[in-house]
Amino acid sequence: MLNLLFLVFLSPLLGFLILSLGRGRISQNLAGVIGVGSIGISALVTLGCGIQLLTHPSADGAYTQLLWQWMQVGSFNPRFALRLDGLSLTMCGVITGVGFLIHLFASWYMRGDEGFTRFFSYMNLFVASMLFLVLGDNLLFLYFGWEGVGLCSYLLIGFWYQDPANGSAARKAFIVTRVGDTFMAIGLFLLFRELGTLDIQQAMATAPGHFEVGSKTVTAIAFLLLGGAVGKSAQLPLQTWLPDAMAGPTPVSALIHAATMVTAGVYLIARTRVLFELAPLALHWVGIVGAATLLLAGFTALVQTDIKRILAYSTMSQIGYMFLALGAGAWQAAIFHLMTHAFFKALLFLSAGAVILACHHEQDIFKMGGLRKKLPLPFWSFIVGGSALCAVPYLTAGFYSKDEILWQAFAGGHIDLFLAGLFGAFLTSIYTFRLIFTVFFGKEHSAAHSGHGISYTLPLAVLLLLSTFVGGMIHPPLSLVLPAGPGEGGGEMEHKIALLSGTVAILGIALAGLLFLGDRRFVKWLNNSALGEPLGRFFGAAFGFDWLYDKLFVRPFLWFVRVNASDYLDRGIMAAAGSLQSLNGELTKTQTGRIRWYAASVAAGAVLVIAVAALT
Amino acid sequence: MTPVPLEHSLLLAGTLFSLGLLGILVRRNILFVLMSIEVMMNAAALAFVSAGSRWAQPDGQIMFILILTLAAAEASVGLALLLQLHRRFKTLDTDAASEMKG
Repeated sequence: MLNLLFLVFLSPLLGFLILSLGRGRISQNLAGVIGVGSIGISALVTLGCGIQLLTHPSADGAYTQLLWQWMQVGSFNPRFALRLDGLSLTMCGVITGVGFLIHLFASWYMRGDEGFTRFFSYMNLFVASMLFLVLGDNLLFLYFGWEGVGLCSYLLIGFWYQDPANGSAARKAFIVTRVGDTFMAIGLFLLFRELGTLDIQQAMATAPGHFEVGSKTVTAIAFLLLGGAVGKSAQLPLQTWLPDAMAGPTPVSALIHAATMVTAGVYLIARTRVLFELAPLALHWVGIVGAATLLLAGFTALVQTDIKRILAYSTMSQIGYMFLALGAGAWQAAIFHLMTHAFFKALLFLSAGAVILACHHEQDIFKMGGLRKKLPLPFWSFIVGGSALCAVPYLTAGFYSKDEILWQAFAGGHIDLFLAGLFGAFLTSIYTFRLIFTVFFGKEHSAAHSGHGISYTLPLAVLLLLSTFVGGMIHPPLSLVLPAGPGEGGGEMEHKIALLSGTVAILGIALAGLLFLGDRRFVKWLNNSALGEPLGRFFGAAFGFDWLYDKLFVRPFLWFVRVNASDYLDRGIMAAAGSLQSLNGELTKTQTGRIRWYAASVAAGAVLVIAVAALT
Repeated sequence: MTPVPLEHSLLLAGTLFSLGLLGILVRRNILFVLMSIEVMMNAAALAFVSAGSRWAQPDGQIMFILILTLAAAEASVGLALLLQLHRRFKTLDTDAASEMKG
């Protein structure tokens, strides 16, 4: 079974090829079957490989499949190999499993769209690149997949390209993540210069002997890799692209901008864990970035009105938790939270998609309301998914992972990170239930019609189940790949922390209920008060990062481009083009269309040639 | 009978050729243009024949037959063009068909 591992990424890749070559020639039904089926095959193969790997573990708990040698340049000979271990198995499970459910849902959501086939071809390409990213045994291949998912993210954000706003959102996402990717590429160059290899296992094995702990080079490499991770995972200071990325279709937001691609940064840091352990300063900053992002995103989400933007900021803040966990050394907890987050955030996004379609593409939560009766399945999905997001104790998957993060941050002595996480949990509860109370309770504002069909109910039902404690019971097999966190087997203190974080979550929900159930007098008063109004605007603009970047980078760049458009070099090039153009104008005039002119010029030319021949 | 000197026949051929060319350049009626082309071809054929007789070679007369055939083919194509021109533009003026200029 394990030797079929290559099928995991080959199947979506073939799906992509068939769909993109057959565009316009295959029917929508067939395109749906191919698009969803290819991910289904890949999920089944992942399942089979996973069972085989876990029941017959090898010595290091990993399986490597060497496909071929890619190239050989001097001592640089990257092998095209797939490596399946606990970490990549967890990631593959999330990508293919959750990915399959999202594809299935998308076949309902996108039905009738004229770009149906194009949509599924991009989605399949995305899944193939993402699997490439997590299965590649080589940082070069990881980078290849990394860029591939960036491309697909760009294509899918700008999927409805007729609206120029979507196109500019796609460009923004592409360019901002590219800033991070550049850092990462430089980090990889440095790593290759130091270690002479990009093979992950080899590099991680030789790194501790090569670098001293905290040496400048390894710190620089770790920081550069962190830059890449920050860009891809939408963390401070490269977080501005994620809310705009919500311009894409909702299944895209669920798959790419919630469950899989944005968590690639977490995967990267977990994969290159050894380097970060050698650079404690960089690791510390991973935690700080995570904590800062989760607070910023929490405050911003409090005042957003677009249902998808709220979820986008909550994604940002949950990835902040994962970074916080990495920074606190809780490696396993970070990946565990990555998995549960994929379950409940995919659920939330898909049910948000159902709500948006039901309300005829309305995304403003204050124009919805009272949808509880009309849309029972999305309502319960939101209740369960939202509770998991807030980490309601014992009942939800999110509790098990988030509580583990908070406990390990506490046990590892990172009190600042712990407090930030706790306060973030409080904010999470408020904004999540603000969304739920506004959309599903209160007065009805609009007519809504519910969806139906198996491709609508099944993904929601499965993800709903996985978002409850059932998902929390799934323990990713990470013990052979990542070390145990600081507070393993905590004892009494762990229960106290769990009690504390659970209380905070429920307090937040209660506060949201007080504020947003009923006629919201206090909220209205707060929004109009002297302090609340500017603060709300400040939060609403996501702390003004877009404004700042616009002033710092975009405008100076545009100014420079404008100034640079007519320098001497450009003028020289334009002069050449201009002279050719005027020559063309002159020569055009000789084409009079009169046959006598042509005959005369032929005769004159003949006379000239004969004269030259006769006289020389 | 003394043969006609080569110079004389070549002079005649050159004169005919120039007259034909002049006809093409100044005439706008396509029928006269076609006739001028015939004159030019026959001038060229005359030059071949006289050169053939000067060196007592059959090649000149062979070329003459070739040119005769060519002229027949040319006339049929030219007359077809003439008919088309007349149908499209209701005129025989070649300058009317100058729509592809520029």
